[in-house]
Amino acid sequence: MFAESSLNVRNKRIQNLFRILFLIMTILLIIPVVAILATLIAKGGSIISIDFLFTHPTNGMTAGGIFPALLGTVWIVAVALLASVPLGVAAAIYLNEYAGDNWFTRIIQLAIINLAGVPSIVHALFGVGAFVIFFGFGTSILAAGLTLAIMTLPVVIVSTRESLRAVPQAFREACWNMGATRWQTIRRVVLPNAVSGILTGVILEVSRTAGETAPIMFTGAVFFLPFLPQGVFDQTMALSLHLFVIATQVPGVPENLPFGVALVLIAMVLLMNSISIAFRMYLRGKKKW
Amino acid sequence: MKIATTDTMNDTAPKYAIRTSRLNLWYGAFQALFDVDLNIDNGRITSLIGPSGCGKSTFLRSVNRINERLDYVRIEGAIDVMDKNIYDPDVELMQVRKQVGMVFQRPNPLPISIRDNILFGHSLHNKGKNASRADREEIVESSLKQVLLWDKIKDRLNQKGTELSLEEQQKLCIARLLPVKPSVLLMDEPCSALDPKGTAAVEELIWELRGEYTILIVTHNMAQARRASEACIFMLMGKVVEHQATEDLFVTPEEKETADYIEGRYG
Ligand SMILES: Nc1ncnc2c1ncn2[C@@H]1O[C@H](COP(=O)(O)OP(=O)(O)OP(=O)(O)O)[C@@H](O)[C@H]1O
Ligand SMILES: [Mg+2]
Repeated sequence: MFAESSLNVRNKRIQNLFRILFLIMTILLIIPVVAILATLIAKGGSIISIDFLFTHPTNGMTAGGIFPALLGTVWIVAVALLASVPLGVAAAIYLNEYAGDNWFTRIIQLAIINLAGVPSIVHALFGVGAFVIFFGFGTSILAAGLTLAIMTLPVVIVSTRESLRAVPQAFREACWNMGATRWQTIRRVVLPNAVSGILTGVILEVSRTAGETAPIMFTGAVFFLPFLPQGVFDQTMALSLHLFVIATQVPGVPENLPFGVALVLIAMVLLMNSISIAFRMYLRGKKKW
Repeated sequence: MKIATTDTMNDTAPKYAIRTSRLNLWYGAFQALFDVDLNIDNGRITSLIGPSGCGKSTFLRSVNRINERLDYVRIEGAIDVMDKNIYDPDVELMQVRKQVGMVFQRPNPLPISIRDNILFGHSLHNKGKNASRADREEIVESSLKQVLLWDKIKDRLNQKGTELSLEEQQKLCIARLLPVKPSVLLMDEPCSALDPKGTAAVEELIWELRGEYTILIVTHNMAQARRASEACIFMLMGKVVEHQATEDLFVTPEEKETADYIEGRYG
């Protein structure tokens, strides 16, 4: 009565086939990641040292360290974070907590989706027109950071909305029914429960832009500077552009130098990603509903 | 303000806590309530029964004006709470919500400590005159005592409200309404997420609160309506069919539809 029928056998065989197929796809997927990291470590690992991170380039950028570029990238990402987080979070709160579903919000939604699809070189040109020329910031850390901020704004808004949406509607209803205004509800219940997700989300999204080259090379980053930037109105070197320059524009660069720069850049992004992911997992584990 | 003249009450208390006249409500083009005229006694427990979709929740949600959140809802007619039409232009919505508390089908404590859950509503309505620590502890204690939870959870007030059992959560949800001294408590199937033991406990609590608050409770459970309410309203397709003392409605219903429903001939 419970013996295996030929149909069972056939179904099982198909089931196994698909399982193995999907497993192979998954393995294929991680090969590039592993290959990139392995290559970078193999070819560039030898140059990494404390000195490499904290000294200036020498000999026409064919030797020495990468400190000005590293610092410049940190500057630009920091400006991008400071600009995009308040703006993006405020917009997401408005869209998720205040706005109804009407033509106005639908147009905004559409704009956000389209903004996310704009190529980075177009953002670069926009940045030149808006921040460098119109606002008169010149090519500066500020202009570069703001350009990156505009570029990440859509993903910041989307990821913030996701965190807001994860707060159960029942909590809001409980507040409203006790006579809380929307703002009281947001401040006392929605934000405290969403803030960890919001922060980790935006850090993740913004740090990803650390590797962008096009948007900053016209707006604030330069090939080489003999001194460090003193403020947001100065130009700066940046890791991504530095990598591009020594890999393609400067003759006589030892092979391990560009690979080393690439490794530092990837490590920086991965580090920020893992911190925010770990933080998120930690906070999620603590929640209970 | 009209003065009620019933001799069983003191002069300032109105006879009816909720009065509606010709209340009509539309969700967009769909009419959910038709000419609802109700006088709900002050200080008593009234149950609201009727088949699914007849408008019980809709009616409840009109009494604390939470329906307005949906911009396609349209309302005509008047709802007086304690003799004041809550749809008058000079009425402050937050004061309505304070007077009229609501308990939901699924307990929805906030993900904060039990103590903060109780004090939440109070802190919303008492900004500026910050209560002292002792006052707040007093509020927590008396509210939890009123819902018969104090002895059970007095040692873990810092625990999250969401970590309690469902029955305790529901009692907490009732308790957190009390510090702002509402006059009306609306309960939309408050026991339907609970097991029989929890149901019995919450019913007992509702019965305890009788007299102090006007309670309007929606239920699908005939036995519950019969046990736990003094008056009973039967609704059908958005209309009020019958409103009687509970015992009368169940024993000698006037309308045929009521009889059919309580004998289980409707869904
Ligand atoms: N937000 C809404 N938008 C549109 N129609 C609604 C909405 N809420 C309720 N309705 C409709 O109004 C009618 C009454 O619904 P209501 O929820 O008040 O019924 P109910 O008596 O509480 O039913 P139940 O016993 O199932 O809870 C139903 O036909 C329902 O489909
Ligand atoms: Mg209902």
